[in-house]
Amino acid sequence: MATRNVTRYQRPWIIAFITPAMILTVIFTLVPAFTLLSYSLYGWESFKRGDFVGFTNFERLSNFPFRGDFGGAFRNNVIVFVTLFLVQTSVGMILALAIYRLRRGKKLFQAIVFLPVILSLVIVAFMWKLFLDPLFGPISSLALQFNLPWLNQPWLGQPGLALFTLIFIGLWRWVGFPAIVFLAGMNSINEEYIEAARIDGASEMQIFRKIIFPLLAPSFTIVAILTFIGAFEWFELPYVIGGVTGQPGGSTTTMALLFYRLAFGTVDSATVDVGLSSAIGVILFIFVGIGAALGSYYLRKREIQQ
Amino acid sequence: MSAKFSKAKEHAAGRTPFAPIDIFLQGALVVNALGVFLPIIFMINSSFRNGADIYTSPLALANGIDLSNYRLVLTEGKFTQYLLNSFIVTASATFIVLLCGTLAGYALARYQFKFNTAIYLFFLAGLLIPAKLALVPLFIQLKNMGLLDSRIGLILVYASGAIPAAVFIFTGFIRALPADLDNAARIDGASELQVFSRVMLPLIFPVTGIVGIYSAIPIWNDFLLPLVFIRDTSKMTIMQGISVFFGEYGANWGALFAGLTLAALPLVILYVILSSQFIKGLTAGATKG
Repeated sequence: MATRNVTRYQRPWIIAFITPAMILTVIFTLVPAFTLLSYSLYGWESFKRGDFVGFTNFERLSNFPFRGDFGGAFRNNVIVFVTLFLVQTSVGMILALAIYRLRRGKKLFQAIVFLPVILSLVIVAFMWKLFLDPLFGPISSLALQFNLPWLNQPWLGQPGLALFTLIFIGLWRWVGFPAIVFLAGMNSINEEYIEAARIDGASEMQIFRKIIFPLLAPSFTIVAILTFIGAFEWFELPYVIGGVTGQPGGSTTTMALLFYRLAFGTVDSATVDVGLSSAIGVILFIFVGIGAALGSYYLRKREIQQ
Repeated sequence: MSAKFSKAKEHAAGRTPFAPIDIFLQGALVVNALGVFLPIIFMINSSFRNGADIYTSPLALANGIDLSNYRLVLTEGKFTQYLLNSFIVTASATFIVLLCGTLAGYALARYQFKFNTAIYLFFLAGLLIPAKLALVPLFIQLKNMGLLDSRIGLILVYASGAIPAAVFIFTGFIRALPADLDNAARIDGASELQVFSRVMLPLIFPVTGIVGIYSAIPIWNDFLLPLVFIRDTSKMTIMQGISVFFGEYGANWGALFAGLTLAALPLVILYVILSSQFIKGLTAGATKG
């Protein structure tokens, strides 16, 4: 038993040990979260709180002119989530299996695969913005040199394409994360299972499909949940590349971007609407919270214990 | 460990039989490595060239190591100030996280008091609240506290964002340590603080490294909070500074690439030295061990 009952002498020590962490969490995490809830129920004049308006801000989001913005942003977040999830899990799985099966150089390739994850999204975004510059960027120069017209286009300048280009940049930066999580899952599989299957004559593909893949379910749950949260709070990449208005033509607007734009985004204070922004914050918070909880409940049920 | 098990393990380790799929898998690793390195190499290569050369032939190699872009970046503008600010903010916030996290984790793991479970659940709730969604209230709150446009405000917000996770990791780890050690120290007359600092801290030292990386990297890399909270250029962090810098030097690509390289460099150097600790730290919570 690691814990024990407290003596009178120990009580002040316990309070002293716990209080700093609690005070900081209360002031800068808990209080703002609850204040956000109340903010969404008021009318706002710039950053001055006005009258209590009930759920009016939420209603305004579902009506003209915000309905289109909000719906479009939500749709973009869904596209980001689905694409990121599909590509990230499959590419991550391939990379993880490749490193898992290496005979030497595991550490080296692990470090290479993970390298972009440590780079700041701001650096990654600016770097790719320059790479993809249609006039002076290396990509268009490559396309001209090797005569690849499909490669030579304004990747970030076309409304139908820009979001997918952003997703690609996001993948470049993040795919190492699921790869390493899957690899850790593979490494924790008891090798006796795999060895026994091999002795029974199973092929390497069968071993992957019937043993490794099912036992990766817990890693899969984590990757799915983190991708979900990340995709619905997607901000830095669209902000740096498309700006607060989600250029070109609002095609890269996400909910977090809309949330930011309504509170801080424009120099023109007439378009600032703290109540609407807070309403989006509340919706995002509830949506992400419920989505993550339901998702992990559903996925956990499907996990198999080793 | 049974002899049979160790034999099986030995057999499996490093002796994965070759399968046709390995050609595809290893090809994927090589393609991935090229995909990771080529953009970074291009960025570094371009940082040694002048803008006009980059425009006319983006793919050409630099003529040797020309540091004039770096000189420009480091002498004009506030680049060094940005780097220094990021360092101050990240180091202070991480220090606060480790201090508060180890103390609270120790208290929760070692003492059975009335509100123990309630406080543990309180930190769990804190873990689920993303600071970036509470940006507007935080902004107004910091303004009222006089902490807007200040590094201290930034430090406190970052620290409190990372504390719940730190408390969790430390509580879990300390619970798994035998209690005999601290009881023995108590019998020898150590005070509660001495038990913590002399017995517990050395034992949890490896975990503080992991929690430190887990907290520090996202803080160093963050862009959103300084974007909202800091207006004064002399207090900006490097990631925010980079966006200001891109506005100022938009046409000078050599300088832009030098700035990007400089902004990325501190973490990349640390990563080359400590890659396994980085991987452990950044996937902490997502993987076991």
